Amino acid sequence: MNFEQIVAHIKTSLGEEIILSTDENASPKAIIIKAENLVEVMDFLQKDNQLYFDSLSCITGLDNGSEANTMEMVYNLYSIPFDHHLMIKVELSREKPAIDSLCGLWKTADWQEREVYDMYGIHINNHPDLRRILMPADWDGFPLRKDYQEQEYYRGIKVEY
Amino acid sequence: MANQVQYIFDQENLRKSAPQKFKSEDLKREEMIINIGPQHPSTHGVLRLEVLAKGEEVIEVVPHLGYLHRCFEKHAENLPYNQIIPFVDRMDYLAAMNTEHAYAMGVERMLGVDKIIPKRVEYIRVLVAELNRLASHFIALGSYGMDIGAVTAFFWMTRDREHIVRLLEWASGARMLYNYIWVGGLFYDLPVGFEERCLEFTTYLKPKIMELERVVIDNKIFIDRTANVGVLPVDLAINYGITGPMLRGSGLKYDLRKVDGYSVYPEIDFDIPVGKGEAGTLGDCWDRTWVRVQECYESVKIIEQCLEKLTGEHKRTRDFDPRALAPKKIRPKAQDFYIRAENPKGETGFFFRADGRSDVPFRCKARGASFVNLSIINELSKGGLISDLIAVIGSIDIVLGEVDR
Repeated sequence: MNFEQIVAHIKTSLGEEIILSTDENASPKAIIIKAENLVEVMDFLQKDNQLYFDSLSCITGLDNGSEANTMEMVYNLYSIPFDHHLMIKVELSREKPAIDSLCGLWKTADWQEREVYDMYGIHINNHPDLRRILMPADWDGFPLRKDYQEQEYYRGIKVEY
Repeated sequence: MANQVQYIFDQENLRKSAPQKFKSEDLKREEMIINIGPQHPSTHGVLRLEVLAKGEEVIEVVPHLGYLHRCFEKHAENLPYNQIIPFVDRMDYLAAMNTEHAYAMGVERMLGVDKIIPKRVEYIRVLVAELNRLASHFIALGSYGMDIGAVTAFFWMTRDREHIVRLLEWASGARMLYNYIWVGGLFYDLPVGFEERCLEFTTYLKPKIMELERVVIDNKIFIDRTANVGVLPVDLAINYGITGPMLRGSGLKYDLRKVDGYSVYPEIDFDIPVGKGEAGTLGDCWDRTWVRVQECYESVKIIEQCLEKLTGEHKRTRDFDPRALAPKKIRPKAQDFYIRAENPKGETGFFFRADGRSDVPFRCKARGASFVNLSIINELSKGGLISDLIAVIGSIDIVLGEVDR
């Protein structure tokens, strides 16, 4: 199946308005969906006989800065038996970013979502174990946000060197 | 400066920065918390494991990461594309060439110049990447042997790795962190005489791998420690996003060099070894190690074919300049881009967002194979013995530089 067929298949199964728009400029080509539909769409993509996206390669968080005032989550799916690629993008508000967890579908989402939480402070709803993963638990702020200001001292160690 | 306080010590510091999941008050009878690492040779770096054990039996493993975190992605957002390559080296520092290759390939595809890279450059890239794959597998096999009591393997493997490291030093000037593969080309052409020395090395190496296989991998003591330990079924592996030799050890013939066919891999003849469960169950620690050994033979095969092309069809010419196509200013069109490539540890991916207006990426995310592969450790080791936990960590083959980035 090529990208158009995948999009048409999703639309016939889940309804026309489930896909907000597509991004054909991206590689692999992307669909943009609403945050509240994420688990429904992902569940369909994983279990459907013709799509069977069994592998969740990469979860990326993104901060578009205070001007655009949005954050994004980007998911890269791959289907091993059919060799399909798909990118899924979800836009979130920057004031109170939150998204549902995919741990129920892919176990690999566990650590990758924790990393997104650690770096961007995007809250992952229903995550079984939402703790910081790479930064110390008592670190202030989320380093990959565009307006991040590092703390001056961490236990007497100067942070800015 | 000398008398200045550099670190404020407090008994509570560790508890605050890396809180334990389990508390000693909540433990049931006979349960105990064992801390392994961060400075422990069998964790292969600075990994800390909090193990809840009942006698010798592991109930749960909680890894604590981040001791080597340098926030590569924040650095990448402040640097032009070509200056990120040295940072990419420092992620998987045992296989820097492979990571560089993936990164350079991604940027080239974003620029749309990937089709015009000269064949000689591509063959040199594959040659050095496969040499580096051998070096990475040697460390994996050697240190795995040492973890479970076969010290000889480590000496043999470091001895043979030294030859590779010196070859790559001759080509690039550095032993581990090369910055050799550039966007659009290479740092330098291969030095004169490199091909001959490399061929000498592969002739020397083949019997050495066989020797390792005979003495360590087929050894009864080694099989007793690794067969039927840490069994990973293939469906669970895919669900956990496991890639590389771990996934192939579970019996799935999945290698991105074949699946995606990037660079000149489609022109090269090689096999993909998969685990068969010869010593025990399919997908156990022994299978994963066996797959790595077989991949060493395949890498040697690829190297020999590259050398044949590099001395024949695409041989050195006086006016060949590997930097000729390297762009002075790298400014891709506005786009989202995901590139993946087969590293010794598994799928290494880079997600880029270019805004089309600047020379620095708006976002550069690295998907580390070790990071994703390590996430299965609790699943593989719970219910086993603590000594099996050590066997499982070694068979995952992690590099903490890539786990923490």
